[in-house]
Amino acid sequence: MERQNPFPKWTELAVGTAIVVPGSSRANRTGDWRSSRPIWNLNQCIKCGVCTLFCPEGCIAHRKDQYPEADLEYCKGCGICVRECFTGCIRMEEEKV
Amino acid sequence: MAERVAKEVSISMAETAGLCDVDVIAAYPITPQTHVVEHLAEMVADGDLDAEFVPVESEHAAMSACCGSVAAGARTFTATSSQGLALMHEILFIASSLRLPILMVVANRALSGPINIWNDHSDVMTEKDVGWIQIFAENGQEASDLIIQGYRIGEDPRVTLPVMVHFDGFILSHVIEPIVMPTHDQVKAFLPGFKPVQRLDIDKPITMGPVGMPSIYTEAKTAQENALVSSYPVVIEVMETFGKAFGRDYRPVESYRTEGAEILFVTMGSISETAMTWVDRKRETGERVGLVRFRLWRPFPKDDFRMAIAGAKVLAVVDRHFSPGGLGGPVAQEIKTALYNDIERPRLAEFVAGLGGRDITFADLDRMYDKARTLSSGGTPPPFEIIQARGGHHGTV
Repeated sequence: MERQNPFPKWTELAVGTAIVVPGSSRANRTGDWRSSRPIWNLNQCIKCGVCTLFCPEGCIAHRKDQYPEADLEYCKGCGICVRECFTGCIRMEEEKV
Repeated sequence: MAERVAKEVSISMAETAGLCDVDVIAAYPITPQTHVVEHLAEMVADGDLDAEFVPVESEHAAMSACCGSVAAGARTFTATSSQGLALMHEILFIASSLRLPILMVVANRALSGPINIWNDHSDVMTEKDVGWIQIFAENGQEASDLIIQGYRIGEDPRVTLPVMVHFDGFILSHVIEPIVMPTHDQVKAFLPGFKPVQRLDIDKPITMGPVGMPSIYTEAKTAQENALVSSYPVVIEVMETFGKAFGRDYRPVESYRTEGAEILFVTMGSISETAMTWVDRKRETGERVGLVRFRLWRPFPKDDFRMAIAGAKVLAVVDRHFSPGGLGGPVAQEIKTALYNDIERPRLAEFVAGLGGRDITFADLDRMYDKARTLSSGGTPPPFEIIQARGGHHGTV
């Protein structure tokens, strides 16, 4: 979807500054909040899906071969997947400029 | 036909809310508002009112539930007082910024401490900046009528803002008055069903209350301010329509015997009734004194106020709250702000009285009048004075 004008005049706001067009969380690419990214060691991954379930952004999907993968357009780098992973196969790696 | 009956004001207010076909009541009992909430709970429990009564665990929860209820499109009622209003504080801003037309009646009572359950305006005045439309009643009839008007004002699609109806605790809430109760049909004819401009609807999803980043917050607050200020003509329109339908007239600023008055008292709420009788007595002895009362407090009715006080030399402002360590009472401060840039303006004698339920008597008004008179003959305006304080207000510890 198209991103709404980020700099509207006050007259252009919806009543109560509501968001009246759905899908704004898809338009707001939160990946640029990230200071570190999750890296999977697929040799240890058992494809259990717990990282997918716990991801608060809902941005971890499973590839065709069932291994998980984070969508870095949205991943905020919170590290909850690292904390929850049963096998400890995910680590956070600092983003480099 | 509407009938005139003797009723406790709180009961008449609860019944009036019922006549407005409220869908949801979320409220927590607190003295002196208790009878309003108790009676509504009774009406729902007895099956006399088809509404959802949410017995919340606090006023904070009450106001939160009200926000959700209006967001879902239900006509919503609540009531509180004093500490309860203070506990609602942060959610009051949410209700107005999300433009949710809740109607709340507030039985005005002093804030602790010392703990005090009696009437003054410290609870409302510390909430003047929450972005609600705020209207004051002087008697039980008005307190009930203003509920009907309040719903029509707040729910008007040009307004869509929450409304507080203020009535003085005990002095009004617990008094039995002759009140003309309208019929259900009369209220229905005046007050159409609630049609929110937007609501939470799974078929047409919207997000209410998202984060407002620095890039949007200024515009959000500007839009809200314009909505509140623009509600003013709608308030007048609704008051006039109500007058035609019910035969009782309401104005944002009420004047009483102001013609030719040199000194005008400025009051709000139930003491205006005492002040009117006092003005009658003074007029009988030829004193040129009158009364102006604010009915509408937010949005501030500056043009009507300016017209009401035209020609007066001195305004004797009676506040029932003051800003500690500040420059006086909120009503006097507001009036000064309104008039500061006028070339021709009256002088102000500022009084704080009636704190924590102390009666304001004719003798008190006489003393205020004497002090105001020294100003009208060219005296220096003294600082605001807590006029009923034994030992005098101005001194050193």
